[in-house]
Amino acid sequence: MTSAITRRHVLAGTGALIVSFCSSSRLLAQQGPAAAGNAPPLPGSLKTSPFLDSWIRVDADGRITILTGKCELGQGIKTALLQIAAEQLDAPFASLKLITADTAVTANEGFTAGSHSMQDSGTAIMHAAAQVRAILIGEAAARWGVPPETFKTQDGAVVAADGRHLTYGALVADQLLHVEAQPRSSLKHPTFFKVMGKPIPRVDIPAKLTGGAAYVQDVRPPGMVHARIVRPPGYGASLANVDTAAVEKMPGVLKVVRDGNFLAVVAEREFQAIKAMRRLAAAARWDEKASLPDPSNLPATIMALPAQSTAILDRRQRAVSGGKTLQATYTRPYQVHGSIGPSCAVALLENDGLTVWTHTQGVYPDRQAIAEMLKLAPDRVRCIHAEGSGCYGHNGADDAAADAALIARAFRGRPVRVQWMREQEHAWEPFGPAMVSKVAAVLDDKANIVDWDYAVWSNTHTMRPGGAGALLAAQHMAQPFAAPPPKPIPQPEGGGDRNAIPLYRLPSARVTHHFVPQMPLRVSALRALGAYMNVFSIESFVDELAQAAGADPVEFRLRHLDDARAKDVVALASQRFGWDSFRSERDRGRGFAFARYKNLAAYCAIAAEVQVEHESGRARLVRAVAALDAGQAVNPDGLVNQVEGAIIQSTSWTLYESVSFDQRRITSIDWSTYPILRFDAVPDSVEVHVIDRPGQPFLGSGEAGQGPAAAAIANAIADATGKRLRDLPLTRQRIKAAIGV
Amino acid sequence: MMKLDINGAQHEIDEDPDTPLLYVLRNNLALNGAKYGCGLGQCGACTVLVDGEAVFSCLIPILLLESKRVTTVEGLGTIENPGPLQRAFIEEQAAQCGYCIPGMMMRAQALLQKNARPSDADIRKALAPNLCRCGTHVRILRAVRRAVALMQSASMAPAGEGRGQ
Amino acid sequence: MVLLICLDPRYYLARQTGKLTRGMGTLQPRWGLPPCRQWDCQSKPMAIIRIIAALAIVCVVVVAAFVAFAWRSPIDPINRPDTTAFDPALVARGAQLASAGNCMTCHTLPGGRAFAGGVAVATPVGILHSTNITPDADTGIGAWSPAAFTRAMREGVDRAGRHLYPAFPYDHFTLLDDDDLAALYAFLMTREPVRATSPVNEVTFPFNQRLLIAGWKLLFLRPGPYKADPAHTASWNRGAYLVEGLAHCGACHTPRNLLGAETKSAFAGGDTEGWSAYALNSASPAPVPWDSDALHFYLRNGWHGDHGIARGPMAPVINNLDAISDADLGAVVGYFADILGKPTEERRQAARALLERVRAGDQSGAAKSAKTAAQAASADEQTPGARIYQSACAPCHESGRPLPFGGINLALSTGPSGPNARNVLNVVLWGLPAANGERAPIMPAFAGSLNDQQLTELLNFVRAQFGTGSPWTGIENDIREARSGRRPVMISPAHGSDAASAIASQGDTQ
Repeated sequence: MTSAITRRHVLAGTGALIVSFCSSSRLLAQQGPAAAGNAPPLPGSLKTSPFLDSWIRVDADGRITILTGKCELGQGIKTALLQIAAEQLDAPFASLKLITADTAVTANEGFTAGSHSMQDSGTAIMHAAAQVRAILIGEAAARWGVPPETFKTQDGAVVAADGRHLTYGALVADQLLHVEAQPRSSLKHPTFFKVMGKPIPRVDIPAKLTGGAAYVQDVRPPGMVHARIVRPPGYGASLANVDTAAVEKMPGVLKVVRDGNFLAVVAEREFQAIKAMRRLAAAARWDEKASLPDPSNLPATIMALPAQSTAILDRRQRAVSGGKTLQATYTRPYQVHGSIGPSCAVALLENDGLTVWTHTQGVYPDRQAIAEMLKLAPDRVRCIHAEGSGCYGHNGADDAAADAALIARAFRGRPVRVQWMREQEHAWEPFGPAMVSKVAAVLDDKANIVDWDYAVWSNTHTMRPGGAGALLAAQHMAQPFAAPPPKPIPQPEGGGDRNAIPLYRLPSARVTHHFVPQMPLRVSALRALGAYMNVFSIESFVDELAQAAGADPVEFRLRHLDDARAKDVVALASQRFGWDSFRSERDRGRGFAFARYKNLAAYCAIAAEVQVEHESGRARLVRAVAALDAGQAVNPDGLVNQVEGAIIQSTSWTLYESVSFDQRRITSIDWSTYPILRFDAVPDSVEVHVIDRPGQPFLGSGEAGQGPAAAAIANAIADATGKRLRDLPLTRQRIKAAIGV
Repeated sequence: MMKLDINGAQHEIDEDPDTPLLYVLRNNLALNGAKYGCGLGQCGACTVLVDGEAVFSCLIPILLLESKRVTTVEGLGTIENPGPLQRAFIEEQAAQCGYCIPGMMMRAQALLQKNARPSDADIRKALAPNLCRCGTHVRILRAVRRAVALMQSASMAPAGEGRGQ
Repeated sequence: MVLLICLDPRYYLARQTGKLTRGMGTLQPRWGLPPCRQWDCQSKPMAIIRIIAALAIVCVVVVAAFVAFAWRSPIDPINRPDTTAFDPALVARGAQLASAGNCMTCHTLPGGRAFAGGVAVATPVGILHSTNITPDADTGIGAWSPAAFTRAMREGVDRAGRHLYPAFPYDHFTLLDDDDLAALYAFLMTREPVRATSPVNEVTFPFNQRLLIAGWKLLFLRPGPYKADPAHTASWNRGAYLVEGLAHCGACHTPRNLLGAETKSAFAGGDTEGWSAYALNSASPAPVPWDSDALHFYLRNGWHGDHGIARGPMAPVINNLDAISDADLGAVVGYFADILGKPTEERRQAARALLERVRAGDQSGAAKSAKTAAQAASADEQTPGARIYQSACAPCHESGRPLPFGGINLALSTGPSGPNARNVLNVVLWGLPAANGERAPIMPAFAGSLNDQQLTELLNFVRAQFGTGSPWTGIENDIREARSGRRPVMISPAHGSDAASAIASQGDTQ
């Protein structure tokens, strides 16, 4: 063909053109889910940011930059996204650079949450990279006047059959990539992967281990000053008076900022700020209210609050006659994110606008909320993501950003760094909500579940910004913003009802979500949201049913599953654990659990061995074996790392953790009053076996392990001791009380 | 004015003598390794070595450091030339968010300087003062064991200071 | 050696027998005996032989008498009773008693199997190891009949007839009545049998000759059971029974003589495992005198804001006291109230003044008002110890954060007023480690942060600023000893925490 092959031809997406143009290594287009309307939707986040150069930039000197609206939380997303881009672009992995969430630069991908990053951003980048490659090939074809069918791409260049080659940088000009994406892409076939699917070492780890600047805590713009907040002693407290004179005279103190109940001090040096904070806290007089519920019976409190009830599943048949009925109630307390590095932010207000360096999970929503709080136009606020320590959901990051912004307003021209203290992070972060679940089921005489009735009570699991009212600083200002009314996250994702619908075959079932709007304690999203508690409840109860039916817990689950991929992970975990050959002894037992996160994302099955010390009641996870199916595995080691971490974190939640409070204040304010797992309790081994599904969509896996780990441990304790515990956390005292002498 | 020996280099520090070492490291010397985690000696994210002993830098005022030698993670090696502990952690990919890892490495370094062949129980006991919230513990243990092997095979003295008191 | 000489009958024979006559010339002194003077005899060699023979016979008779006195016959082994043979209520009661008696603490290694023994105890005669008291037939007490168990508890003799070292405080347990012994037996026999042999005791000759313990018992063991004192109330007697018997408080809190037995100065203070067990009588060093309410709270919770926190050997004691009823605890407290006696007026006034200063917000609550001025001195004028305290300790210890999680106000803690620096030193060096997943105060270890000189300066400051009493002596020695690791110190978990977890055994710094 001698006619010029235009970009449009290349991207037209007509089947014939793509087939003829495909090299054998490319799959036929992978397409995003079809919308109800006319044109098929764009895959992943291309839906909302369709321009290719929102994702991939190629400079004239060949430098390739990948942009993502998601952020690195320590889950390895930077590396995984680079792997995808490198693979689809056929560019060397080490040559790519990644820019993460920055409102001035990257697409708006909402929050890095819900295990969506691979599904949203990964998918977008995969398709964008493939389409950029296609464009560059088309450009080379145009320049050489040769049809592209014989071209190859490698190492960031297009290579013709006769050996001519042009680097991507040489091919790029002007707005070459400023085109909208197409619904279909020519993706590389997994059998040809060189980088995707490989356990590439994470790009961010070396710097973190050698003192490189890697976190928001390391951000040090010139002229930076240090600030510390004096928070109220409790939610309902108001600042009656504070004599700031003595504090203002302390060495290095630059300013005391007060706006209603918002109180802070700024100093030249960090320790000066800390000493001034202590003095200021001692000088402040607060009017406190007993605004917290009675901690002695939290489940009753939760269930007594007004609730909006929704049947999220209702295919209840007539009552089944005969059969065995079982029922149970499970409870979960408030639990903390407990980020190891308390929240931090740096803000700089200058004439042309406000810049905030923050570890928020959502730079765009946080920007919008801060802009609203300060009455600035959003485009005059720039939020740049800088990593924090693991957040596991909505912690104090957004609030620290707001604090810094509010203080910066009173301190124009110099960057203001706000570092929360440990006690502040523990007391003021939004918690994972306390929840109650009640379940009843009927077994027929063939050990099948024939009826299932499940109900869960919970607050909202998201109070993310969405508006200034979600920010602490804005709530504490003299002219405060009201916290927005909480809303449930609708199914199929769900909040308190996440994973409340089991994946099992249930001929007659009803699942009810009792959404409790009133929030006695500050709550929001904690890793896995309601899935942790719902999977704990469901999988504990399934074990109780299996026991009542005289069935093996694994066999019982397999019998009730229709999803082949679910059955695969169950079988694999069971087999690798040695389930069939395990012999329980007094005080040493095994437990099993399975769930598909959100019934949409990754499949995860976990088998656990637990030892219980009889005299003390101390339970220890001896080993855990997990099987995971996350669709196409971009970085298998990253998946293993995430699930290992989820298992150990969930072990800590399940055996130890609950927020403590009296009627005025949160009293779990540090690691002595809110202990978490230490090295003495680390299991002997944690294995994660990944089932790779090349060509399948990516499935989010960062939160898939929390629920199954909890239930597997509970089931193992029941196996070891003969006692079933249903109230989280499964503390030593509770186990001891159940065992008796 | 205080003279401090940090990673073998002498520094004149103009700070109040009651300032905890952590803030001097991070602010006066722009060293990122030691981290603020709690300021209470409960989490170990700030762990550094003083004369070979692992200490919480958030709680040790610099007035105690006259004529003592401080080692931070930056003293174990660089990104171009990582020391054995750092190599071991990188090879094991023993990090999720990574915030606690420098503290873990310093705690491990103190152990390995005293006991070149620690048992698993020794390692767990030594690391007990340090917290990891991401659940990277299993990899951290593997990385320390790997470091033991690296150090033995290279039979080189660990980078850093001499034995403790 | 002196002991042997005192027990050697020939010495007394040589001095007292009328068989000594004149004219034999001097016999060479042996074993340091004074030279004999005029010996007379029908014939010298015969006389000598006869004397030696007589001495030998007396010797043998005395030794035989002693052995006959000391020897205990073995009690026949029994088949280990089935656990179902015991009434569960009796077992539960036994569990309570075992708790109050602290059996677990001495008979279980940290992190080890319950009651399997092996815990090393340092004594004046050497290192002893506690025995396996699980019902294992071969290595534990599984073959012990109730009579054998009772004999061990009341008389300190095991089933095989061997005398037990009084490190096992049978001089206290002898007071237990028959019902309690039966309950304890039921409890122990229903524990998990563990096959474990304790390490061999490291005791030098002649103290490894167990028969000699019979002599100790002759001098110091008053066999029980407890007899109520009619001059006191039933509650007092109940308290006495628990304290002197089961809880054996005097075993730590009463000074011991050279032979390792408790002296008559009951509760005048003692040392145990590297810690100082404060006097509980009128010599109590507490800045704020103990009253019944405070004592009750402390024994229930393991801390009291006006007195201190138990993290040494007292910690497991308090943990185990959870098992006894409030009424019984009240009896114990009542008994100790009697022993503590009423504080002097001077002491009461000093305490009142101190508490007022503390409540008024003076977090340092300096013990003597003159010190407040010193404390207000500028940083330049402060002593090195003061500067260390202000920068390293005060941020937690003067934060005003509520106990037990906040740092204790040192002016109210008994530690700085104790007889020696050891308790404060232990905590400063080794800290209070975190418990395994349970809420408990945490204090970091300062062994690596403070060198010996800084430690000495700090301890001297703490004594002067917060303690009552003259400066501590022997600090340098105590520091050296503590750091040497020769005698590891146990920091025990806080009240309510798992007894077997998070116990830091020291000697190697963290």
